[in-house]
Amino acid sequence: MKISFRLNEKMIEIETAPDRRVIDLLREDLGITGTKEGCGSGECGACTVLIDGVSKLSCLMLAAQLEGRSITTIEGLVQDGKLHPVQKAFVSHGAVQCGFCSPGMVMSAVDLLQRNPLPGRQEIRRAVSGNLCRCTGYQKIIDAIQSAAKELD
Amino acid sequence: MKNVFLPNSIEEFRQIWSAVPDAVLMAGGTDLLVSLREGKTKVKNIISLERISELRHIDCSGGEILIGSLVTHQQILDAPIIAEALPVLRQAASLLGSPAVRHMGTIGGNICTASPAADLLPALYLLDARLELHTERTKRTVPITDFIIGPRQTSLSEGEFLYRIRVPIPVPNTRAYYFKVGQRKALAITIASMAALLRLDTDMTVLEGRFSWGSVGPTVLRFPETEKILQNQKLSEPLLKEIGEKSARLTEPISDIQASADYRRMLVSNFPLRLLQAEKYTGSNGKK
Repeated sequence: MKISFRLNEKMIEIETAPDRRVIDLLREDLGITGTKEGCGSGECGACTVLIDGVSKLSCLMLAAQLEGRSITTIEGLVQDGKLHPVQKAFVSHGAVQCGFCSPGMVMSAVDLLQRNPLPGRQEIRRAVSGNLCRCTGYQKIIDAIQSAAKELD
Repeated sequence: MKNVFLPNSIEEFRQIWSAVPDAVLMAGGTDLLVSLREGKTKVKNIISLERISELRHIDCSGGEILIGSLVTHQQILDAPIIAEALPVLRQAASLLGSPAVRHMGTIGGNICTASPAADLLPALYLLDARLELHTERTKRTVPITDFIIGPRQTSLSEGEFLYRIRVPIPVPNTRAYYFKVGQRKALAITIASMAALLRLDTDMTVLEGRFSWGSVGPTVLRFPETEKILQNQKLSEPLLKEIGEKSARLTEPISDIQASADYRRMLVSNFPLRLLQAEKYTGSNGKK
């Protein structure tokens, strides 16, 4: 089936199977590989994207559900070649070890800061509670999100 | 390849469903899509209900809160009326999954999946929730206890779907509690949980006490006979201990990858003691 949706601010139209997972559509059909697949069952948060601005799991969504929606992936956070403040903070705080969880972590953080511009550390922990970091670099991730919040405020 | 339908209205949904009666209905998809991928469920047609706005409302009418079956857990968390009238349901939703799962998963999906470990169910059992089930021609309302008949089994008939949930608002000055034990604080399958409501007189005499137990039987459990023990008694540690021990004997937990049956029984017998420890409680008006 043909579906059309907005991907990182650009309208696109693509021919795909309606039951294709959004993560596969992104990575394999569109070559947008920033979004990662970890568990494939909603337990790890690596595939987190924003749908109409709200964080959702692209491994648990079907291509057909994208029709008419707007999807933002980690690639779409960059504006005019400049990193998003959350991305910048991850870099400056060394909140990256192997990097596999980072795109999902960043998307969850962006969702949080939209709802709650000045979260406390506990609120940040809760916001990324669905994102697993197997390198266990959580403290620096929380530091980064806190600093991005201040920067954005 | 499966076909995916996305009706925008109940009317459109009915037309599609009558054309593909073998279709599986998808709410948030957080359970269904996992089981489809594992090959546990085989289907040719999926009808996603997410675009039917009629199913996404929370309303208040005649002493009841009416919650559309496609209301997400996040909507439950965000709705002031839920925080005010049904704080125990809000607490249950806050302990479910992760933020992204709460943005996707729905109350109707949680009910119809009918897992004994489902996080919203102890709150809904406690509140005597009733379910409005619709077919093309008929409507019926059943207590949630009659709807869920076993692990992942419901009494939905063919052509019937969960339209909305009707939850009576507890009388004012009812205290509500929800405790869950899982392997971690987020994204954890419930090992055991307890939801409780207490209505107390000014001298701490129990006017009404309700307890529901999650993940310690084939369905969420309530023991009305045990609840009666509380009536007209002063709230005390020995009394709550008795409730816990009697309830633990009546539960039917299993041992699985999460925990042993013995551990689950131990949690049940200790949960009520936490009521005394709970520093904060929320009354039905959200005030102390």
